[in-house]
Amino acid sequence: MKRAALILMLFSCLSLSIVAKEAQPSAADPVLEERVMKLSRELRCLVCQNETLADSRADLAEDLRGQIREQMKAGKSDKEIIAYLTDRYGKFILYNPPVDPTTYLLWFGPFILLLAGLLFLFRYLKQRRDLITEQPLSADERRRAEALLKTAQGKETA
Amino acid sequence: MSRFVIPLVLFVVLVVFLAVGLRHDPHEIPSPLINKPAPAFQLSQLKDPSKNFSAGEMKGKVWLLNVWASWCFSCREEHPLLLEYARSGAVPIYGLNSKDKREDALSWLGELGDPYVLSVSDLDGRVGIDYGVYGAPETYLIDRNGIIRFKQVGPVTPDIWTEKILPMVKELNK
Repeated sequence: MKRAALILMLFSCLSLSIVAKEAQPSAADPVLEERVMKLSRELRCLVCQNETLADSRADLAEDLRGQIREQMKAGKSDKEIIAYLTDRYGKFILYNPPVDPTTYLLWFGPFILLLAGLLFLFRYLKQRRDLITEQPLSADERRRAEALLKTAQGKETA
Repeated sequence: MSRFVIPLVLFVVLVVFLAVGLRHDPHEIPSPLINKPAPAFQLSQLKDPSKNFSAGEMKGKVWLLNVWASWCFSCREEHPLLLEYARSGAVPIYGLNSKDKREDALSWLGELGDPYVLSVSDLDGRVGIDYGVYGAPETYLIDRNGIIRFKQVGPVTPDIWTEKILPMVKELNK
């Protein structure tokens, strides 16, 4: 019984993920709808923050798409509509974060880390190379080494 | 020595970042409207739709605008607190009833009590969008010149009331 319930739950999840497709264009004007959806894909749904306005079925997302549609009908450009939305919801509504002082760390942080890592690596490698500087053998050492080599050769041929 | 110090420092930095990150509520989005004029609106009053109310009427007063709806779950949680705050008389609370049916909103107030001086009906949520509302309840503190000074997303908890809103109200009323 428990198992059946579990399976049922699993299936209900599955059906949900099937239902949760992109919101369909509704109005009669497909060109306008395409434009609305295109712009919505660049905007964040503020309720479910990892979704774009185009993907979201939240009430607010529907209202905002409605706003976008209305303003497009009124002849506003995409830029003007984005300005309208960021004035109210902040830059957070942009799905692609713009490059500005508040996002420098986000955009350039990884490169700074990479650079720091490379610097560290070079310094480390250089240090290691410095540690293993070659020292010529002294006369005594050379004699011993030759002796060792000779005995080794002698064993090999034997 | 540095063999231990460097990893330790890195570890501490990581812990600090994680600690800050975990305390950070990702649902709190900084509002661009702070220290900007509160968007103007003129809407019909919930209890008497023949009368209008506009934000401009509040010029010269410090007031709270609370966005609520009968369908909003957290509003129910916040409601008894609002009643208490309203009773204290510290600052007048006005309601923006967002995307609600009039009868639902009225029966909610009848059942739970009415903390608002008055509520206005934002039937299509347009004014809500102007205010950057994305999750009711939201509360705006507006000063005498009609400038938004503070915004709370989610219920106004007693902590926020006593530590943020009350001191600001006092300051703004000076």
